[in-house]
Amino acid sequence: MGKRVSLFVTCMVDQLFPKVGIAMADVIEGLGYQVDFPEGQTCCGQPAFNSGYRAEARTVARHFLDTFEASECIVVPSGSCTSMVAHHFGELFQKEPETLARVHALEKRIFEFSTFLTDVAAVDDVGARLEDIVTFHDGCHALRELGIRSAPRRLLAKVRGLELREMIPAEECCGFGGTFSVKFAELSGAMARTKIDAIERTGARTVVSLDPSCLMQIQGALSRAGSPIRTMHLAEVLASR
Amino acid sequence: MSAEFQLKILNTLADDRLQSAVYTATGRLKDRRIENVAADVLPDYQELRSQANAIKKHAIENLDHYLEEFERSVEAHGGKVVWCKDGEEVSDFILGLAKERGSRLIVKSKSMTTEEIDLNERLEHHGLEAVETDLGEYILQLSHEKPYHIVAPALHKTRYDVAEIFTERLKVPEELVIEKQTMIARGVLREKFLAADIGISGANFLVADSGAVVLIENEGNARLTTSAPKIHIAVAGIEKVIPRAQDLATFLKLLARSATGQLLSVYTSFLSGPKRPGEVDGPDEFYVVLIDNGRTRLLPDRGKRQSLYCIRCGACLNTCPVYRKIGGHSFPWVYSGPIGAIITPQFMGVQHEPGLPFASSLCGACGEVCPVKIDIPKVLLELRSDVKKAETRDGQNRLERLGFRAFAWLMTKPRLFEFVGRMAGAMAPATDGRWIRNLPAPMSIGPVSAWLSQRDLPPPPSKSFRELWRRR
Repeated sequence: MGKRVSLFVTCMVDQLFPKVGIAMADVIEGLGYQVDFPEGQTCCGQPAFNSGYRAEARTVARHFLDTFEASECIVVPSGSCTSMVAHHFGELFQKEPETLARVHALEKRIFEFSTFLTDVAAVDDVGARLEDIVTFHDGCHALRELGIRSAPRRLLAKVRGLELREMIPAEECCGFGGTFSVKFAELSGAMARTKIDAIERTGARTVVSLDPSCLMQIQGALSRAGSPIRTMHLAEVLASR
Repeated sequence: MSAEFQLKILNTLADDRLQSAVYTATGRLKDRRIENVAADVLPDYQELRSQANAIKKHAIENLDHYLEEFERSVEAHGGKVVWCKDGEEVSDFILGLAKERGSRLIVKSKSMTTEEIDLNERLEHHGLEAVETDLGEYILQLSHEKPYHIVAPALHKTRYDVAEIFTERLKVPEELVIEKQTMIARGVLREKFLAADIGISGANFLVADSGAVVLIENEGNARLTTSAPKIHIAVAGIEKVIPRAQDLATFLKLLARSATGQLLSVYTSFLSGPKRPGEVDGPDEFYVVLIDNGRTRLLPDRGKRQSLYCIRCGACLNTCPVYRKIGGHSFPWVYSGPIGAIITPQFMGVQHEPGLPFASSLCGACGEVCPVKIDIPKVLLELRSDVKKAETRDGQNRLERLGFRAFAWLMTKPRLFEFVGRMAGAMAPATDGRWIRNLPAPMSIGPVSAWLSQRDLPPPPSKSFRELWRRR
């Protein structure tokens, strides 16, 4: 694979957490890659897909395919959005063999940020330093659809000054779930509060995750509860010096 | 989503006692499962899951063949198979038989299938007495409730609740010790077993090649139900059939571990046919009632018919962060949790409770623990699409559809997307980086106000990523 990387920063990072995208670009460039940002990018279409609107999701997915057609390697700061492209685009285009072939070609070129670092760039240590006690939240789609468990932990283990304390259970959903978070707001809020209890039990000062959407849910609930615990995306941790 | 569904969820969330009872009980079952499927205890767990899935897939895709083989095997042992379309046909059969034999009292062992067709109510309506003999089911029968959980029907009841129910319904002095409560129930139920004319059980598996009905239980009540009365009737869904007795080697390793975290349940009974000449135990008459009740409707759908692979272990309920919050009675039918969320819309139609497939964060924990590898999240997603298709057909939820159309259109227009984002950001109040707790009324509408009801919102950044990138 060439040393070029295209960022798909996701609509959420683009509009709400731009620093996560910048941190990701910094880390990848720091490893000697040339990074580009295809300007046509918007969203992967997951909100429509998960809400049952498949035709609408297909429209957005087609736009994604066009935007990243020329990209050799796409890196995404979200397990959930990566999984949408790598696992669910195929379901959307089962009846369109030509598009499906493009999807299958794309599936091989798209990587969640932490696995890009450990599996493609083959590094554990990106030279980061952060004096902090952190706990790691496994995003459900990263964990269960992409099978990502060790990559972020290997990367965190190499951050100087950082202590990782696992929460029990680390693998329970934070309750975000896209439109679920507003369709079933009270239920989603109750799930977030259970997650926060688990976070607090670790004594960590910072919660780290691969997924900006989980972090928005967790930070939103922490902030509402008046907790001093903060959230950071893994890219921000790895960009710390 | 129906108002009833919404209300049940809110009431359960607000009930602290119930929250703690359900979270603790499911947590215990969940942890015990994890211990007993661990790699050092059961090294071939994942292979067993794949094998169980393959056997179920094969059985469901050849259902006609195996059901007919099962019928021949049962008849060869002197039993009889009765084919029923729905609950009414089941109760007609049982009522007819009871009338012919002059039966009045029926004992029942735990069966979700009979719950599904409201069998007790149907029988009682015609003057028969049907007594549940599983302890949890018996407690619920006394308190006139439906099962809270597929495997542990009275999971939501504490010993204090049980004491109250027993005092009120059985007129016994208050008893808070669980073992003694069990003895009270046992005293009542022993008399029923001895006096009963008919025993009705469910079935965990129907074995085609041997004609056996396999029952898995811990209390011994199913064994008594199927052997003490003169007549045994097993009521089973047609999807319970498996090809060969040797397939049980796979399923028995998975079922108890997934359900309660036991290596094997206390009793595993293989029942084939009535008492033979010279035998002392067993019923004189043996019937297997095979019920469709909507199951065949699932067969044409390649994606969703895997829902019929379910062996009712309840593992998906115990691990589900939604079930653990909203409990079993919030669900619109007797089947609760993730499996309930996928089979209810398919058995009853998506309109029965259109909100049900959406009551999930799609975390995937259910699919991960399913011993027969049903891809529950995938089926949920397909059902969500089915709900939206039905709504479009019926002209419902037009505003939401319009919203998603607009979303899809906007997402193909990056320039406009950027502009809309900038406008939205400009409207938000300045907070110096603090998260937003509330917004003025005109902005706090729909999804925004739903979000803010529970959590704070991130303050919009002064520049989007693409703006920062251009200046880099």
